[in-house]
Amino acid sequence: MNLTVNGKPATIAEETPVSLNHLLEALKVEQREYVTVELNGDIMDRGDFEATTVKDGDNIEFLYFMGGGRS
Amino acid sequence: MKLTEEQINRYSRHILLKEVGGKGQLKLINGKVLVIGAGGLGSPIALYLAAAGVGTIGIADADQVDLSNLQRQIIHSTPDVGKAKVLSAKEKMLAINPELNVVTYETWVNAANILPMIADYDFIIDGTDNFAAKFLINDACVLAGKPYSHGGILQFDGQTFTVAPGQSPCYRCVFPEPPPKDVIPTCSRAGVIGVLPGVIGTLQATEAIKFLLGAGDLLHGRLLTYSALRMRFREVPLRKNPKCPICGDNPTITEVKDELDAMTVCDLGH
Repeated sequence: MNLTVNGKPATIAEETPVSLNHLLEALKVEQREYVTVELNGDIMDRGDFEATTVKDGDNIEFLYFMGGGRS
Repeated sequence: MKLTEEQINRYSRHILLKEVGGKGQLKLINGKVLVIGAGGLGSPIALYLAAAGVGTIGIADADQVDLSNLQRQIIHSTPDVGKAKVLSAKEKMLAINPELNVVTYETWVNAANILPMIADYDFIIDGTDNFAAKFLINDACVLAGKPYSHGGILQFDGQTFTVAPGQSPCYRCVFPEPPPKDVIPTCSRAGVIGVLPGVIGTLQATEAIKFLLGAGDLLHGRLLTYSALRMRFREVPLRKNPKCPICGDNPTITEVKDELDAMTVCDLGH
């Protein structure tokens, strides 16, 4: 299926909807413990990653915690 | 209150702008901005706010200048090593603009001191480097109804957005809780390219100045991300999260608290 990931077209082999966890795996997203996922504009609960499905045409943003600045 | 001849000269390039003018410059002179963190982000923020003539600038940091700071913390100089960062910063700000009121807070922000600290200011800027402070600043600003700018940097990437409490998404709308403590990247381990906080901090200072002027559009509901390696800016639209623990429909956070786990782990990285 075709997706938009962080503003760019992305394709995964699966044709039928998959869970968010599956997508994170398929896209080899690093540092998964501190990524926030926005699916079609909505921030997803971390606890719902398994139950949330991603389908063809969805828009996904991976947002990362960033510290930095003072130290 | 009127601008003096010297002020008209000093701020002439502002006054020429129709979005600023003499009235706008007076708004800056009467403005009060608190910068939390006198490091990578805080350096350009404090310098530009001082140069712009923001009349009262608070600066909070408990740290002293270290040699390893100077690669990016441009408000501090080699002779300042060992000096309190807030004092080093204040000297540079007053050197640029002696008529400012620079208020220093030589302390880390915590749940006990943050609300009285932010109470005196129109706009707050988060220039901190750790998640405990970032969540604390968000919570305090949302609860007190203070607009603020979030900024974060890591390696070659930065992000910033501006929060109008209750009206636009807050930090917890995006990041409801700190990451699990065993995976928080330690601050000093990850590294950062020295120019990066210059870019993000300058954007944050721009937001504060526009807020005081009442000019233009702020970064409300838009997370601006910057990749220095790819030299690309992106804007990620953000919505208010109805499940946000502090500004959602059923808030569970009703007072400021220290995120102790995030704080301890991050501090180990120093």
